[in-house]
Amino acid sequence: MLRRAGDRGWLIDCHALRPAQLAVAIRERRWARELREVVPAARTVLVVAEDRAGMDELAARLRALLDERAEGAEGTGRTGADGSGGTGSATAPRTVVIPVRYDGPDLAAVAERAGISPEEVARLHSEGEHTVAFFGFAPGFAYLDGLPEPLRLPRLTSPRARVPAGVVAIAGGQSVVYPGGTPGGWHQIGTTTTRLWDVTADPPNRLSVGDRVVFRAVAP
Amino acid sequence: MTAAATESPRIPAGSPIAGALLTVADAGLGTSVQDLGRPGLAHLGVPTAGPADRRGFTLANRLVGNPENTPALEITLGGLAVTLSRSRYVSVTGAPAPVTVDGVPVRAPALVRLPAGARLAIGRPWAGCRTYLAVSGGLEADRVLGSASRDSLTGLGPDPVRAGTVLGVGPARPVPAVPLELAFSPVPGGGAMTARFHWGPRHDLFCAADRRRLTTTAWRVSAQCDRVGARLTGPPLAIGSVDLPSEGTVRGAIQVPPSGEPIIFLSDHPVTGGYPVIGVLTDADCDLLGQAVPGDELRLVPASSGGPRRIP
Repeated sequence: MLRRAGDRGWLIDCHALRPAQLAVAIRERRWARELREVVPAARTVLVVAEDRAGMDELAARLRALLDERAEGAEGTGRTGADGSGGTGSATAPRTVVIPVRYDGPDLAAVAERAGISPEEVARLHSEGEHTVAFFGFAPGFAYLDGLPEPLRLPRLTSPRARVPAGVVAIAGGQSVVYPGGTPGGWHQIGTTTTRLWDVTADPPNRLSVGDRVVFRAVAP
Repeated sequence: MTAAATESPRIPAGSPIAGALLTVADAGLGTSVQDLGRPGLAHLGVPTAGPADRRGFTLANRLVGNPENTPALEITLGGLAVTLSRSRYVSVTGAPAPVTVDGVPVRAPALVRLPAGARLAIGRPWAGCRTYLAVSGGLEADRVLGSASRDSLTGLGPDPVRAGTVLGVGPARPVPAVPLELAFSPVPGGGAMTARFHWGPRHDLFCAADRRRLTTTAWRVSAQCDRVGARLTGPPLAIGSVDLPSEGTVRGAIQVPPSGEPIIFLSDHPVTGGYPVIGVLTDADCDLLGQAVPGDELRLVPASSGGPRRIP
């Protein structure tokens, strides 16, 4: 379903489709160069055109793409990893490996609430199949889906004022590697020395929407 | 863009290639360097930023022969005073304000030849709040993610402008001959404005009475009004608590938080938001709201209604 978002925007309700996959599919279309922004979020993709002329044509293109994707999703299961239906990703999702020392200040508390050992938290987290769902909250803040069930906890009741870059944390069904300079209410279970966000680099992001992420445990 | 490319060249004041320096003697209440911002990076969590009144900003650059995306100063509520190391054409646009050069009032600040060492001062605007100062050749400020815009939400971009800030100025450009009486960008006058908007994306979460209230209320711009957004005061809309996960937002989004008093997103707005957006201002009227000051009256009119288009 398309919803108007101003002179140049359409907001797509994704329903059964995954926003990250839909955003990747949109960007692969030839007409995507006429778009200024393609912004996936939890259940939606926002598409903003460069120019407000042609919003009806853009809507028709998006509807056609949605119909193709919906048929593809039916054929391969609700959110099949490929879910292409003949129109899917021309490029397979990348895999980014992030070495993590599981030494975070909240590791013991997470283990206790999950009823398992800290080593088991590290094992579950590093064996999970994580994917980049969307960015938000702050520049470079990537929400990663795929946190194993036993580790799912609500956020901290009092957030920390400033979380340095490289802190690996979990909340709800998601993980994040903090980009630096933000407050944070997630449970900090580890750290990585891999720089995932650097505004002086081109591109600034090591992670992209749709990427698979492997957290590899390294000795503390 | 490479790391090296983000370094702007610094041209010494006396250089034969005719760069210049702008020195800030007084920065006023809030002055920042802006260009047209960082479009295309919202999917990485990066706001666009850029001038609150894009029409006023681009006009200033055009008047001194600069490309529209050239870094210039955005001055909120006046109070800026600067000098240049070399004589240059400058343009003052946006919110109309008293402009002086060495204390002498300038009749047509849209295009001024500012002599080397002379003090250009911009006072408090008579209407609107954001005045723009462009210098022929453009300001040289460090670019972050391809832009010299200071983003007040994330802190990306050059530091805020303070007394003592020195900025490079590029080689002068040919200044076009423009009839200055046409060099005008709309600014709300008399403390009342009308802004057009499109319904959606989440207007269907509101009852018919609240949708009507949005368009019949004389809203007031509250004191919580900055480059991120403007909070309105008026009869609250009954949104209650809706379970809406964060979704992408655009400049001009009329977001309704649980208090029921709308917030309209401006240049430095966050890229996602979790409160329902009942409507979005047209691009042109976002610029108008970027000039709003606390206490201004704001009426919201559906863009599709075909009602009279009021030029303020």
